[in-house]
Amino acid sequence: MTLIYPRESFFEAHPKHDSPTYRSTAKRHPKQPLIILPHTKTELSGPVYGHEVISEFDNDLTRQHAGEPQGERIIVQGRVLDEDGRPVPNTLVEVWQANAAGRYVHVVDDHPAPLDPNFSGAGRIVTDENGRYRFTSIKPGPYPWRNHHNAWRPAHIHFSLFGHSFLSRLVTQMYFEGDPLFPYDPIFNEIPEGARDRLISKFDLDVTEPEWALGYTFDIVLRGRNATPMEK
Amino acid sequence: MSGITPSQTVGPYFAYALTPTRYALHEIFSTDLTGPGVEGTKITLTGQVFDGDGVGIADAMVEIWQADSKGSLEHSTLGSGKANSGFKGFGRAESAANGGYTFTTVKPGRVDGADGKPQAPHLGVTIFARGMLTHLFTRIYFEDEASNADDQILNLVPADRRHTLIARKVGDNAYHLDIRIQGGDETVFFHA
Ligand SMILES: [Fe+2]
Repeated sequence: MTLIYPRESFFEAHPKHDSPTYRSTAKRHPKQPLIILPHTKTELSGPVYGHEVISEFDNDLTRQHAGEPQGERIIVQGRVLDEDGRPVPNTLVEVWQANAAGRYVHVVDDHPAPLDPNFSGAGRIVTDENGRYRFTSIKPGPYPWRNHHNAWRPAHIHFSLFGHSFLSRLVTQMYFEGDPLFPYDPIFNEIPEGARDRLISKFDLDVTEPEWALGYTFDIVLRGRNATPMEK
Repeated sequence: MSGITPSQTVGPYFAYALTPTRYALHEIFSTDLTGPGVEGTKITLTGQVFDGDGVGIADAMVEIWQADSKGSLEHSTLGSGKANSGFKGFGRAESAANGGYTFTTVKPGRVDGADGKPQAPHLGVTIFARGMLTHLFTRIYFEDEASNADDQILNLVPADRRHTLIARKVGDNAYHLDIRIQGGDETVFFHA
């Protein structure tokens, strides 16, 4: 399927490369103007990775070890859509997160909070024919970082998605409704104001499983819309 | 209608999920795009990713996306998604401590451009890292391709910056291109 990729939706949603409040951007953003790239088949196409790359328990981060991880069990689900609201089926979603104490298994994470021998925090899901994904995990803890004095990241799960093309590629973070750290987080606040809510998952009683796990819904909209606009 | 989902940085802790070579997780992606029976000229591509101080970025992720050796994208979302050789056209690398990256792939063939004319052989490239709220798009071309002179996109780039997109030939089927995020000889990045 060939889609078009309006640039307006990109500018409206994505943070700028240079952020005065997120210090690490200072030496990691281009100073020369970006050159507008005409979309060729290289950009309009993308890789195909489907169910064949998924292993058992990739969609259940609570069952990847001998025992169960510490923390609040959660179910995260939603739909991956294009800009017209059409589902993006059979697309790979990669997720990773800190454990309940706010610690990553990554070797460079030196936050003095305990690792959990029963939690790695990495998962993969492929969306179904309706663009739906769903995985089970535990709620990640907030964690400190050194951007400024007393800096803490709101609890979040990292997401990586492909979609229909190289242009729809997205790496982002999902947050949780009502997090008191939102006003203090530069990474979240560098998103244009009108678009920030799109990264906040909603508690969902219909997804919540009795006696088992709280449910959260997080829909993701990737770049791309039909070349022939739908009738309104 | 709701707008697109905003980008956020990949952060410093992606490797155990996205490039888990050093971790227990099975790998989906590789720095070697060639499988048994892949057609075309096998090449290695190396380089380093540098920040604005000229320091190698130790926590970057570099992804490449390309046509096969015949310029076909049959393996992609625009084709059947399958290629005879199992060629996927996509590679992902975690940078080394010095910012270094290495890919093994095949030299891509020519793909039609937006103007309908064949483009010079090239790779699409995305760069992700801590300190990048939105990833960066660039391209890699090859210095030994005469078709570079007529490439529509290279010709959009000011002549004195084009070399930042063109990998040098450093040996038999070996190419090298450094990616400078900022500063002197800054790589050309695109608004894709
Ligand atoms: Fe994080």
